[in-house]
Amino acid sequence: MQSFRSPLICLTCAAFLAAGCTERAVTKVTKIEPGADAQKRAQTALIKAKPGEVIEFGEGKFEFTSTLSLDVNNVTIRGNGNDKTILAFNQQGQGTGGEGILVTSKEKFTIEDLAIEDAKGDSIKVNGCTGVTFRKVRVGWTGGSKETNGGYGLYPVLSKDVLIEDCIVREASDAGIYVGQSENIIVRRNLVERNVAGIEIENSVNADVYENVATDNTGGILVFSLPDLQKKIGHHCRVHNNQVIENNHENFAPKGNIVANVPAGTGVMILANRNVEIFDNEIKNNQNIGVSICSYQVTQRPFAQDPVYDPYTAAIYVHDNKITGGGDKPSGMLGKIVASLLGEKKLPAIVYDGVVDESKTKDGALPPELAIRIHNNGDADFVNFDLPNLDFSNPLAIKKGNISRDLKPYEGDMPKLAPVKIAGVK
Amino acid sequence: MLRWHPGAFRCGPRFNLIAPLMATLALLACTAGCGTKSSAQTDEPLEKLSQYGLFVGNGSTQEPVPGVIPYDLNSALFSDYAEKFRFVKLPPGTSAEYRGDESFEFPVGTIIAKTFSYPHDARNRALGRRLLETRILKREPQGWVGMPYIWNAQQTEAVLDVAGDMVDVSWTDEAGRQRTNNYIIPNSNQCKGCHKLGDEMQPIGPKARHLNRDFAYDHGSENQLAYWTRSGVLKGSPRPSDAPRLAVWNDPESGTLDERARAWLEINCAHCHNSAGPARNSGLDLMAAQKGPTQFGIFKTPVAAGRGSGGRDYDIVPGLPDKSIMMFRISSVDPGIMMPELGKRLIHEEGADLVRQWIASMPASNPPTR
Repeated sequence: MQSFRSPLICLTCAAFLAAGCTERAVTKVTKIEPGADAQKRAQTALIKAKPGEVIEFGEGKFEFTSTLSLDVNNVTIRGNGNDKTILAFNQQGQGTGGEGILVTSKEKFTIEDLAIEDAKGDSIKVNGCTGVTFRKVRVGWTGGSKETNGGYGLYPVLSKDVLIEDCIVREASDAGIYVGQSENIIVRRNLVERNVAGIEIENSVNADVYENVATDNTGGILVFSLPDLQKKIGHHCRVHNNQVIENNHENFAPKGNIVANVPAGTGVMILANRNVEIFDNEIKNNQNIGVSICSYQVTQRPFAQDPVYDPYTAAIYVHDNKITGGGDKPSGMLGKIVASLLGEKKLPAIVYDGVVDESKTKDGALPPELAIRIHNNGDADFVNFDLPNLDFSNPLAIKKGNISRDLKPYEGDMPKLAPVKIAGVK
Repeated sequence: MLRWHPGAFRCGPRFNLIAPLMATLALLACTAGCGTKSSAQTDEPLEKLSQYGLFVGNGSTQEPVPGVIPYDLNSALFSDYAEKFRFVKLPPGTSAEYRGDESFEFPVGTIIAKTFSYPHDARNRALGRRLLETRILKREPQGWVGMPYIWNAQQTEAVLDVAGDMVDVSWTDEAGRQRTNNYIIPNSNQCKGCHKLGDEMQPIGPKARHLNRDFAYDHGSENQLAYWTRSGVLKGSPRPSDAPRLAVWNDPESGTLDERARAWLEINCAHCHNSAGPARNSGLDLMAAQKGPTQFGIFKTPVAAGRGSGGRDYDIVPGLPDKSIMMFRISSVDPGIMMPELGKRLIHEEGADLVRQWIASMPASNPPTR
């Protein structure tokens, strides 16, 4: 910087500096180019970064050998395009971390315009951050969809104000985009394909999932709550204006994980959630089920040990979706049983397990605010397979309970959920 | 505190009258105008380990100077069979406050040092050792700060390197076997990976239950809590017999199988797997004090294990170690599977055997139902 010529300029400059505190005049950008010691240069830059800084990865392929980690607030990690800047982790060594990128900053993290390939575990995990943005990030595994791929692609957890937009995630052995135990979430305009789960919103509150394309996953979009976690119950999630098409990929998740239970050919699945609105989606050619509405009991996994956990699904509003094709290849044990009970080789477009929390019913039905409402979904057919009274312990003498295709008890509407708002996001 | 850096805002020397005004203005603007807390500016960390003055000579013998107290833990974190030297130094005339369950409350200026080394021959330590790194935890006014210092090949100095490193090492183990390892020196973020509790870094070792044991001091063997109290660096400690104490994982005299396995799990896993730690998202809490069976893994389904599940359904299936995810993960060195994730390239065979015996000893049962 040159010496200043007059006191007046100095004062002007001081005033400018004052303004610059709220609107940063100059953003510090640290550039990292590919090369032999990129690991050390990148990790050092991430450790020494100051709030407000941008760490910019240049064009080319970076071969990393350890997790890259960041623990500084308000830092942006940026590339020069998700087809040009590739952070590859296939050479990651043992004992160097479980993720591609691990972020533990408390507030404001942005990652954009780059690709992560071949992470040994999760590609990008952001743990406990308020103000998280993933934008135009591409994640993939170059060997195709395999059980040995990392679990999650984009993985914010215990976070708030999470925006995931215009990203592409492929081949994750669990969920491509997984938002866990978080609040205030927008997931939009992403492409997720060839993952086990395309998008999974789990134990999260206030999520808006829209204008995404989910195709060729085992399950397209999942809204789940699981027991034994800090954030107990997921609720308030809108899934709308998505294209959920041909999610018929063989399930390649390692057994034991919840998504390993998702039958191939599942479009949208709600498990143990409250206040979920599914609308204006195009749900097409998902061979098992278009929209599945189930309680945790369907997984046959234990939950009794968690006294706060609520396994029931309630306050679900499925309306104005275009559900076509599919159902023609029931997979999973329950799907096959239900199809056979219906005397068909096909499952209806919308399938409900009929599990109801008896302690909340009045005169045998859930009160309006907890009801299941299915309305104006064109020709989409329906079944309530009455899981509580379905006994398939003897496969030769299955007791089918009150299995019913009658949609009438579920007709009607509910108040729509409010869109999710994140400050500064249009 | 925000400090004024003259170099950051250069005015010509002719405008000395104006400069302080500008400084004040800028400072006011930044403290008043910026909503976010300005990150605390501390002195740059020391470049060389010798600058801390912890050791006699160049430190190659790890002999502490007076005022630097060596200590040991009942059960210690496994670090690829590396041997560790631990020290604490408090500012003169100060003392730490005793805490029953948490780390002691140390005064600002406290330095905790841990040196990692391999003996050339574990059967005869007189043959010397290779020092790899000394990790420093320093109590600053705003909290603990962690810094890794890497020893040079001549073993005369260790130098700060926040990015960590990997070093090839070889040694002869107690059974006379020739062993090698590509030892990982963690970067300073990885320090936080284990030491972060909530929003802050915390020491892990200096808790009553880990320290409550005898140490072979120069003056003879003495309980560490008793010695720290007697020498004035610890206030408020009960008598050792009234203080909590974890088992020594590999000493059957020190506790039952359950107590020793839980001690091993706490010191190896619970720095992340506790209710406020980095792995709190998993719901698995491996603190020895955790009594909830599901919380410490029994019939707990995995959450984000990915291929770490190994195709198994539960963290622990009582009686069946080979159906327990915990066993699968502690017995792996694949980065997408292994636990712990950091600082481990070798399986802790003896620790894994202990956990195996522990799970096998549990009476077989079925998952709870509602």
